[in-house]
Amino acid sequence: MVKVFVPRDTTALSLGANEVAAILQRACADRSVDIELVRNGSRGLFWLEPMVEVETDQGRMAYGPVTPEDIPALLDEGLLDGQPGHSLYLGPTEEIPYLKNQQRLTFARAGIIDPVSLDDYIHHGGYVGLRKALARIPQEIVDEVKASGLRGRGGAAFPAGIKWQTVLDADARTGSSPYSKRKFIVCNADEGDSGTFADRLVMEADPFMLIEGMTIAGLAVGADTGYIYLRSEYPVAHKILNEAIARAGKAGYLGNNVLNSGKAFHLEVRLGAGAYICGEETSLLDSLEGKRGQVRVKPPLPALKGAFGQPTVVNNVLTLAAVPFILAEGGQAYADYGRGRSRGTLPFQLTGNIERGGVVELAFGVTLRELLEDYGGGTASGRPMRAVQVGGPLGAYMPEGQWDTPLDYEAFSEVGAVVGHGGIVVFDDTVDMLDQARFAMEFCAVESCGKCTPCRIGSTRGVEVIDHIRDNQERDYHLNLLEDLCDTLEDGSLCAMGGMTPNPVRSALNHFPDDFHQDRTTASRTPAGEA
Amino acid sequence: MNKTTATDVQHMVHQIIADLNHKPGALMPILHAIQDELGYIPSDSVPAIAEGLQITRAEVHGVISFYHDFRASAPGKHTIHICRAEACQARGCRALERHAQQTLGVDYHQTTLDGDITLEAAYCLGNCATGPSIRIGDDIHGRVTPARFDALIDQLQTVPLAIQPVLAKEDNTHG
Ligand SMILES: Cc1cc2nc3c(=O)[nH]c(=O)nc-3n(C[C@H](O)[C@H](O)[C@H](O)COP(=O)(O)O)c2cc1C
Ligand code: SF4
Ligand code: FES
Repeated sequence: MVKVFVPRDTTALSLGANEVAAILQRACADRSVDIELVRNGSRGLFWLEPMVEVETDQGRMAYGPVTPEDIPALLDEGLLDGQPGHSLYLGPTEEIPYLKNQQRLTFARAGIIDPVSLDDYIHHGGYVGLRKALARIPQEIVDEVKASGLRGRGGAAFPAGIKWQTVLDADARTGSSPYSKRKFIVCNADEGDSGTFADRLVMEADPFMLIEGMTIAGLAVGADTGYIYLRSEYPVAHKILNEAIARAGKAGYLGNNVLNSGKAFHLEVRLGAGAYICGEETSLLDSLEGKRGQVRVKPPLPALKGAFGQPTVVNNVLTLAAVPFILAEGGQAYADYGRGRSRGTLPFQLTGNIERGGVVELAFGVTLRELLEDYGGGTASGRPMRAVQVGGPLGAYMPEGQWDTPLDYEAFSEVGAVVGHGGIVVFDDTVDMLDQARFAMEFCAVESCGKCTPCRIGSTRGVEVIDHIRDNQERDYHLNLLEDLCDTLEDGSLCAMGGMTPNPVRSALNHFPDDFHQDRTTASRTPAGEA
Repeated sequence: MNKTTATDVQHMVHQIIADLNHKPGALMPILHAIQDELGYIPSDSVPAIAEGLQITRAEVHGVISFYHDFRASAPGKHTIHICRAEACQARGCRALERHAQQTLGVDYHQTTLDGDITLEAAYCLGNCATGPSIRIGDDIHGRVTPARFDALIDQLQTVPLAIQPVLAKEDNTHG
């Protein structure tokens, strides 16, 4: 029977993949052809979604982007035999340059396997890392992660091995707490940054890899329970994760006795509720404990006093997802990729106004321009690119003069930018950078946890000040005031929400000053909420 | 849901609390479960939650009001979230948002007069390579132009005839 793949990750679904799958099945039934339909995850070549693949003797052949209306003609022209002919034929999937030129370690299986098939996962190298970890003592597992040079992928880039060491060494016998003696693994799946979806795609296309990574983390530090704190904006990932966790449990990969090792590891998904600040780890922990998601003062570090007051590893999805490879292939194999102190690979996410949006996993060191041009293929609108925001809503807007910067944590920091979670948002020349600066302040006002006055109040002031600049009311005075406000935010904020909101604002001001000095008396822009 | 009485609601809330109370940090799962069932968290369920978890009512209120997702009043029949974040801005979500507000005659956090649609803001739906993105219920839609938005709204309003409310429906030109 022919195997046909139609993805079911959020992006493919958002472009009609379910309709494509339904029509394909019906059309095949009408023609009395049996097919085996696999609902894989996306390969991350989003401009080609919905991308339909067919398994042949020559490997998998791809077609895309497919609409339901294309199905009859595709079948007529030999889709099920992987024939060329139809204009949507893309050739062998693995030969598509965008995919072929990547260095996929974390996304090695994405789109290839059925995300909830444990057999598929194991046939493609899954659970090798866990088996190796089970044969070692905790310190050896932590050492392997240290050797990989892996740094946290959630934004702050803190070395994962050092964090794990702290939790391994921590004394968990704290007082009379009902959680005394316990440690926890918490996966930060809040992925709030605009322009990022790599966490989501891991969870939707290869969820067992995250489950395996968390289980290894549990073995490494002596934790018997893990929580995946998932943002509520990800209903598809939620469903797939829950299904994968249930299957892993049934097969003995989770539970009281993981693979008969005598070690327990339990895993549960907990949903956030639409608060960006709950991506900040201490706020996340408060939320997990059933409180308002407010940022905690550090110290104590979550590694020592984290979830329910106990030693806790908090790591991003991509950090934990890198661990199975590191255990299976060795820390050195991972460290062989990368540049300087940025080891391994990062799945960059090309988004916004980009012709070929998607996931591009490469070793650190690739330049922004290579990603934007060689992979991204320029803007989707066909207009010139003007500004690129890297690293989420708290990251700087970068002008063309900075696009040759190699993507590594230190090189970006030298030009006042951040790599963050690897999100890259492209804007063409119709962008108004004053609007972007205004939005940065507005976002901070909406999402502030409220603990610090500069962040809570200063951001609202920031919006007003930018409105005055736009309306040319005492412009120089207000430009100075905006600088002062940015200083106050930087100096008086407990966390990076307030502390880094000046990044997008200042970079917009410094690199695109014209947008702050225009006469807009004829502007027709309607601020949000005024319609 | 129309036939749900106040006692049914109380009963259901108690059942949810009883089912989830044992979990560490049970408040968020309980609030989600209630909202999944009812579409919002009725204020008269707060005392039961507070009692079940041995915390104060003020704490429960504090949590409900902190999170954008939790509602204290019933939403419309459908909830639409429009992504307002940067990657969607680069693809025209500001124009989409104006279009949506004008055609529906509502601002964010408001429900159309006929009780059909509640409009909410989202800050990234993780669909940033194919924006502008919106979410209707649990379905996320990409590359939503104003015309596509109108078509999606039409579908919502015409397809499920069988489950239309008995109330006379106003047309959509108010506001
Ligand atoms: C405002 C704010 C939002 C954050 N959002 C996220 C997020 O969505 N996902 C994430 O993994 N880390 C986020 N972080 C970083 C976390 O606080 C923390 O550094 C991370 O979870 C640690 O895991 P890692 O070392 O594996 O990166 C955020 C930080 C701040 C200050
Ligand atoms: S900077 Fe803002 S978000 Fe961070 S702790 Fe202070 S008020 Fe909360
Ligand atoms: S920015 Fe709109 S989906 Fe991410």
